[in-house]
Amino acid sequence: MTTLLSVVNLSKRFGGLQAVNEVSFTVTAGSIKALIGPNGAGKTTLFNLISGVISPDSGVINFSDHQVQGLRPHQVASKGMARTFQHIRLFPKMSVLENIMIGRHIHSRAGFVAGMLSIPHTWSEEKKIREKAHEIMAFLDLESLADVEATSLSYGQQRNVELGRALACEPKLLLLDEPAAGLNMSETTELGALISRIRDTGITVLIVEHDMGLVMDISDEILVLSYGKKIADDVPLAVQSNSEVINVYLGEDDA
Amino acid sequence: MSSKFLQIFGFAVAIIAIQIFTQITDSAFHLTQLTMTAYYSLLVIGLCMLIGYAGQISLGHAGFFAIGGYISAFLTTHNLTAMKGKPFIALCSKFGLLVGRKDLYGGDLLVFHPWAACIIAVCTVLIVAYVIGGPVLKLKGHYLAMATLGFGIIIYRIVLGTSGLGAADGISGVPGFTLLPGVTISGSGSGKILNYYVAWGILITGMTLLLNLISSRVGRALSAIHGAEDAAEAMGIPTANYKLKVFVLSAGFAAVAGILLTHYNGSIGPSEASVMKSVRYVAIVAIGGMTSIWGAVSMSLILNYFSLRGSFGTYDDAVFGVILILIMLFAPDGLIRAQVLVDLKSFFKRITSKEAAL
Repeated sequence: MTTLLSVVNLSKRFGGLQAVNEVSFTVTAGSIKALIGPNGAGKTTLFNLISGVISPDSGVINFSDHQVQGLRPHQVASKGMARTFQHIRLFPKMSVLENIMIGRHIHSRAGFVAGMLSIPHTWSEEKKIREKAHEIMAFLDLESLADVEATSLSYGQQRNVELGRALACEPKLLLLDEPAAGLNMSETTELGALISRIRDTGITVLIVEHDMGLVMDISDEILVLSYGKKIADDVPLAVQSNSEVINVYLGEDDA
Repeated sequence: MSSKFLQIFGFAVAIIAIQIFTQITDSAFHLTQLTMTAYYSLLVIGLCMLIGYAGQISLGHAGFFAIGGYISAFLTTHNLTAMKGKPFIALCSKFGLLVGRKDLYGGDLLVFHPWAACIIAVCTVLIVAYVIGGPVLKLKGHYLAMATLGFGIIIYRIVLGTSGLGAADGISGVPGFTLLPGVTISGSGSGKILNYYVAWGILITGMTLLLNLISSRVGRALSAIHGAEDAAEAMGIPTANYKLKVFVLSAGFAAVAGILLTHYNGSIGPSEASVMKSVRYVAIVAIGGMTSIWGAVSMSLILNYFSLRGSFGTYDDAVFGVILILIMLFAPDGLIRAQVLVDLKSFFKRITSKEAAL
């Protein structure tokens, strides 16, 4: 079992708030790891640190043999990490197809000059981008919506488009930030099945999620944060019976 | 793909039709303004790429236009005869960058060749845009507008205050620009029709390049930056780099426009660098629908033509200001689009139903 992502002693402080405090963990290639914790535990901050949106104060992030701490998000993305957002961030005024085609950016090359001159190489590249996007849409059952403006879709469909856009990057690691937020129970079950299917294609998944049913169902390992600190990092069953985790979620027994 | 070339072909046919029409109606004098319009449109489409597609505003594009025009005008008029002995000038002469000609009174002039001047001017503008764009494009929205506005004002004050650039008079006596043997950009009477076609030919070439870019991977990435910059960055698009490149590209279009128009007019003055010119270009892009090269070109053709014919009289600048305000208030997506008819219909329906209710 190879380690795809290893985070060592990562810390980030915002003014007086220690948002992430000396957190270390690893994600095994081909697994689904969940990141849970009460509101304000530092989950999203940790996500933003890993994906390069913010730089850590200290610590090391090793991603598939590259140190990625302090890199810009697009540099991290080009190393094979794709993400979705807690609040869906689709590109407005662009169709579902175009949104997903953006995901192929790191796998294509045509620059400004090639684009302006429209040389034959760019045509064949464009064709490949389109084919791959259709493949992704078929995987997510979005084919019939290809030409619809992405931001006009229902919430659940937009979630899927955003997921498709991330999958189009063919990432090694997929970061999902609360993908089940706003979904009903049957949609959540479908999403769980979909995430498992994505893992089965060989993509490692790191997921922040509040829906415990979903987390317990699909995760291979669960990392629990509280006040920026790691309090547990284990398989679901062990986490469920971890007294510290129970305290954090349900309060102390003698309270 | 094919529809794009069909549109361009149709546009070229319209350009030819206009020329034939002026021929038949014996009104070829209109061609002068139409030629100038084409050069202004070259700037407008570059700005449209920046504002409409990449979502970055610039209120300083008249500055780039003026830098290009002024450098080209200066280099092709500034007499170097007295400096012949200087090593740098000798070197330029050795590489064939200089040409000798007679001035109006038969005196000897040694100046830069228009091609050399043009290349130096374009390169200078690209460098200036790169240096300015780096820090400025970190700003967003009205902060970016203010920063580029500041740049525009600085350029205006510089050309207005530098006696070497003719101060308030500008530079005149700029020679024609021989692009190819037999094809000279100049305003002298004989080549009027040729110049009309050269200008619109250059514009159509520029449009083709930009339309290609828009439908390419880069164009998609720029739209993504416009729509959701953080998401674009997360998809691996180097947003800062792309914004800088499109800024430099649009400055390059402005520079070429400034250079060619200066040679066509035979002169350039500080008014070309004025802020109201920049506002005018932004107004044209806005009324053309922001994200439409075709909208920008058609609006540029109409408005610049009437402006150059003097149809707006002394209210010229005011007209463009008012247009910008009206567009932002009532049709922020521009006038050139199918939806406009629907909007108008519903607008009149609302008015009539209100009256009926009364």
